[in-house]
Amino acid sequence: MEKENNIALSSAGTSRVRQRKRSNEVIPEPSKPNGGTLLVDDRNKYKSMWIQTYSTVWMIGGFALVVYMGHLYITAMVVVIQIFMAKELFNLLRKGHEDEHLPGFRLLNWHFFFTAMLFVYGRLLSQPLVNSVTPEKFLYQFVSSLIKYQMAICYFLYIAGFMWFILTLKKNMYKYQFRQYAWTHMILIVVFTQSSFTVANIFKGIFWFLLPASLIVINDIFAYVVGFFFGRTPLIKLSPKKTWEGFIGASVTTMISAFVLANILGQFQWLTCPRKDLSTGWLQCDPGPLFKREYYTLPGWISQWFPWKEISILPVQWHALCLGLFASIIAPFGGFFASGFKRAFKIKDFGDSIPGHGGITDRMDCQMVMAVFAYIYHQSFIVREGISVEMILDQVLTKLTFEEQQTLLTKLGQILQDRLGHS
Amino acid sequence: MWIRACSSLWMLGGFLLIIYLGHLYILAMVVVIQIFMASELFNLLRRAHEDKRLPGFRILNWHFYFTAMLFVYGRILSHQLVNTVTSDKIFYKLVSKLIKYQMVICYFLYIAGVMWFILTLKKKMYKYQFGQFAWTHMILIVVFTQSAFTVANIFEGIFWFLLPASLIAVNDVAAYFFGFFFGKTPLIKLSPKKTWEGFIGASVVTTISAFVLANVFGHFQWLTCPRKDLSTGWLLCDPGPLFKPEYYPLPGWLSRWVLPWKEVAILPVQWHALCLSLFASSIAPFGGFFASGFKRAFKIKDFGDSIPGHGGFTDRMDCQMVMAVFAYIYHQSFVVPQDYTVEMIINEILRSLTLEEQQILYTKLGQILQERMENSLHFFSLG
Repeated sequence: MEKENNIALSSAGTSRVRQRKRSNEVIPEPSKPNGGTLLVDDRNKYKSMWIQTYSTVWMIGGFALVVYMGHLYITAMVVVIQIFMAKELFNLLRKGHEDEHLPGFRLLNWHFFFTAMLFVYGRLLSQPLVNSVTPEKFLYQFVSSLIKYQMAICYFLYIAGFMWFILTLKKNMYKYQFRQYAWTHMILIVVFTQSSFTVANIFKGIFWFLLPASLIVINDIFAYVVGFFFGRTPLIKLSPKKTWEGFIGASVTTMISAFVLANILGQFQWLTCPRKDLSTGWLQCDPGPLFKREYYTLPGWISQWFPWKEISILPVQWHALCLGLFASIIAPFGGFFASGFKRAFKIKDFGDSIPGHGGITDRMDCQMVMAVFAYIYHQSFIVREGISVEMILDQVLTKLTFEEQQTLLTKLGQILQDRLGHS
Repeated sequence: MWIRACSSLWMLGGFLLIIYLGHLYILAMVVVIQIFMASELFNLLRRAHEDKRLPGFRILNWHFYFTAMLFVYGRILSHQLVNTVTSDKIFYKLVSKLIKYQMVICYFLYIAGVMWFILTLKKKMYKYQFGQFAWTHMILIVVFTQSAFTVANIFEGIFWFLLPASLIAVNDVAAYFFGFFFGKTPLIKLSPKKTWEGFIGASVVTTISAFVLANVFGHFQWLTCPRKDLSTGWLLCDPGPLFKPEYYPLPGWLSRWVLPWKEVAILPVQWHALCLSLFASSIAPFGGFFASGFKRAFKIKDFGDSIPGHGGFTDRMDCQMVMAVFAYIYHQSFVVPQDYTVEMIINEILRSLTLEEQQILYTKLGQILQERMENSLHFFSLG
């Protein structure tokens, strides 16, 4: 039941990788039998360090490459990570004995996975998809009917799975089958919620995917490092290796790096421009007021010590501070949730795909919480640049046919009349 | 059987009264039913022994319930809400702010609930607590998905709520009677009382009554008009092409021997009603099978005992839930002529621009289209 746990894997991977690189310290072994030891007191530190460093380096390299290649490739990476995560989780609470009596049950899981994929990505990518196929008439018709009937198609696929489930209920296995059914739903909800928000973030601009992910990474690393050197007071019973010193140190570092990173990342158009279609070429756009420098004159005493008279701050850096605050204080709860879950069901790790790190879900637990927050924050507080009458008029005139424009006019007229009629 | 018949009659009576009262009251009824259903389901897998050691756990359930309520109804009714408060300036600002930040508010309420859950995890109770957490989520999803779609249907026009619900009721009653009188072959191991004869008889009856009921209901504007705001007054509207009778002349022999009419008036919506009835008779019963299987799996006799003779609310609503979702999706995909791009742009306009800006856009667009039409006319008259 990790509701908030599945967020962009690459970020998690990257963060862990950087962590290993920067810190050169031993990575804490996931859950030792004598679980209560703090890292400071841990003597057996250097054993798995090399394996972890190696896999971290590979993950970070792959991640950087994918970010360089662009939005579509990042989405593909998210999808791949999602499949692996779902696979890990599906296998988790399965009991081999019962499964022998139920052939085709695993297939049902993947059927629901496919339906969820169609539904979520259909909705997310419908606008970019439409934008990509406008020139050709036939394909456009095909794609728009697909989008129009998307809900009906997904619903019928789901109902088919539902009926299949009911028809394969076997006497004496009812409880197990219902449990698995509920578990499948929970997994799919967790995996797809966060991945859909991640993909939505990506298309708003890689910045909104990269920054939150990096913040989580930095938070993890510094919690580890500070805990390594100064950790004394345990933070929470669920995760005995975490300490208050690590937590606070990491919070401070995360906030500072949020401010700095936002400045650095905000300079690249490749990262800040939203992607309107499914192309892979270079991006050019007007980044909007958030990414335009504002100059603040420093007070006299500072400019005596430092050589600058004024500093330039991108307005987005203030937003980054809010993201940093969330990343340091609330996102770790994703990790606590995962720890509690593992204790509850007596599991050591979610899987073993990544050497030295455990499974993919282990890496993604905090990332998931963060991606959802980043999306919601963006929707609510980032004023969309330049949405104006001119822009929408432009859209109307270029995207719709003449008849559609007239339909729009009539509908809009009706709505406005309704509204005015009330006042 | 008498107790069942009695309580059925009472339910039917109450239901009809509420339909008469209107959209807002139906909405209130749906919400009340939902609360009872959630209450039943929350209690179902709770174990009293563990619960004594976890004070405040029940409150957590209702916290998540409240958050879900805010989220779901906020989204569905945002349009209607905005239309209702346009008159008052201050209220309008408050409501639009609430709608704008609705997602954030709900998200933070949810996160607060999750953090509370994590902080109250007690050693040795982890498995039970996680199980309850998952169970809570499943309940809320089931309850709110179908009630969200039900409410959306109501505001499209009571017809789209009343017809599917009636079809399920008719299907149930007819299956019972056919099974009672003619039932011989069992239908499915999960529900031993259901028979093939009941199933087929009910399908036929449901299909016929869908056709007839759609005609009857389609004549009332109270049922067919969509409600754009949260008022409770009478409704007047142009029902649209679906509810205008079309006349089909009957073949000669039919009008001479069987029926006294020369032609038959059919509302186009009756054909849609046939599709709804097809679903109601063949697929919706699976909701009932699911509930039966669930009860067997967890060795429960009934979901609750609120309704004498029928069990709990969930027992009555199991097939209705599947039907409500289908009715909404059917309506969205096949009934409403959805013009995807136009809808999207209109949504964007309504979301991003103020009222004044929308009016400016409207005037400008009107002018541009006018010019284009005049230009093309001019062009054609020249050539």
